[in-house]
Amino acid sequence: MTINEKQDQIVETFEEYTDWMDKYAYLIELGNNLSPLDPKSKVNQNLIEGCQSRVWLDAEYTNGMIHFMAESDAVIVKGIVSLLIDVVSDHTPDEILNTDLYFIDKIGLKEHLSPTRANGLLAMVKQIKLYALAFKTKG
Amino acid sequence: MNEKLDINAIRNDFPILSRTVYDRPLIYLDNAATTQKPRCVVEAIEHVYYHQNANIHRGVHYLSQRATEAHETARATVRDFIHATSSNEIVFTRGTTEAINLLATSYGETFCNEGDEIIISAMEHHANIVPWQMLRDRKGIKLKIIPLTDLGELNMTAFEELLSERTKLVSVAHVSNVLGTINPIEEIIEKAHARDIPVLIDGAQAVSHMPVDVQQLDADFYVFSGHKMYGPNGIGVLYGKEKWLDILPPYHGGGEMIAHVTFEKTTFADLPFKFEAGTPDYVGSVALAAAMNYLSSFGMENIVAYETDLLLDATEKMMKIDGMHIYGTSSHKSSVISFLVNDIHPFDMGTLLDRLGIAVRTGHHCAMPLMSALGIDGTLRASFAFYNTHEEIDALVAGIERIAKMF
Ligand SMILES: Cc1ncc(COP(=O)(O)O)c(C=O)c1O
Repeated sequence: MTINEKQDQIVETFEEYTDWMDKYAYLIELGNNLSPLDPKSKVNQNLIEGCQSRVWLDAEYTNGMIHFMAESDAVIVKGIVSLLIDVVSDHTPDEILNTDLYFIDKIGLKEHLSPTRANGLLAMVKQIKLYALAFKTKG
Repeated sequence: MNEKLDINAIRNDFPILSRTVYDRPLIYLDNAATTQKPRCVVEAIEHVYYHQNANIHRGVHYLSQRATEAHETARATVRDFIHATSSNEIVFTRGTTEAINLLATSYGETFCNEGDEIIISAMEHHANIVPWQMLRDRKGIKLKIIPLTDLGELNMTAFEELLSERTKLVSVAHVSNVLGTINPIEEIIEKAHARDIPVLIDGAQAVSHMPVDVQQLDADFYVFSGHKMYGPNGIGVLYGKEKWLDILPPYHGGGEMIAHVTFEKTTFADLPFKFEAGTPDYVGSVALAAAMNYLSSFGMENIVAYETDLLLDATEKMMKIDGMHIYGTSSHKSSVISFLVNDIHPFDMGTLLDRLGIAVRTGHHCAMPLMSALGIDGTLRASFAFYNTHEEIDALVAGIERIAKMF
């Protein structure tokens, strides 16, 4: 699937949840199902410090594709993190760099990417692109 | 139902309390961060701008005189509200933070030398930590920290042991913004005074919740913010005993605070103007006085009684929730409850409570050293004002229970 196909699929899934609490219940489920980060990845170097919650993000580059691994101390953030890394993982640096991550807005979670939330997600999105750029230049 | 206060009528004084968030009635339980404003406070601001706006002091014209009178009457209202001896002891600042910074500079630079000590506590807000650390780095003084007991109270034995020949100031919160603990400041002041050490009280979380009498307390300095006591944002108060303020040098320089200026030498104005450089917030002062008059009209004793009811009711009901852990269990508490439920992250619980229309605060509450002492990253904090109701507490408890089941 392309990045946008994955995004559209998420948007479709979320359309089923009309009640906000159900939407969050689903995010919690996603968060709980996200496999814990390998201790060697869960290090300060990979930490994105938000004021309210923290995100750890690591990436691997194999056969021209980037694979992301991430975790957060807050479950809702972990749920959103899990959606984000699913969407961008296993794509080329160029695909990732050219992506507009519109699904967050479409499923009504844009507020979680606002700087005032201070949950580390906005910085995580930036970091994803930085990884893509770094792997691209490394070749 | 409270016999002394008509809570419904009081709520009607606060237009914001009838708004909705996400189509639900707003339940505002973040009062320790800032309180909402009654109509009379906003109207006071409007009145100044529409009817008596002019720069104060020195103006010969009619409006300037009215504005000056209003500002100085406001100062007298503040004096009476905290039972100071004289208006000269009331300095308007931008808030608690600025008042503490003023003292860290004016007092700190004058009286503290290398090796001297300042005592603060483990429950202080960053506003009562960072200015002293900055002074420490300038002057080579030492900060001594009063540790806490398991109940979240100051360890008074340890406090007495910290007092030394080198102690130049004790600076502690009247009420903790995280734990709600009401500290035994009378005792602290008495013990410090027995060694001729002055005491600064951070009253940011106290003034809107209990009567404060600076003379009875015998506090040397007492500071607070207007916005946490139903007043406007951007104004606060430094109370200082006249004998102290007299000998302290000014903090900021500029207009208003001078008596005479030549390029060679400037003489400073008398108290309290010496500490108020630049055009003061003569709108904020009047609105702050309106807030104080509003509170006085109910009687602080009645407010204490009602808020204590709220605190006890909320504590009792919250304790029944599975996995509830309340931080700060002193028997002397103001209406603040910091809590965690099981291992649910405060951000998660706070985000979901928000969706239910309930505003609480999450995180470290500007008291990161306290969080470290408690061994946690943050808490949720519900803080009540006298416009909150028992129904709102029930909604909070139901919300927490519902959310806890989602994890
Ligand atoms: C105990 C305490 N001290 C100081 C402050 C700082 O007040 P302000 O930001 O109004 O200067 C606060 C505000 O949260 C507080 O709770």
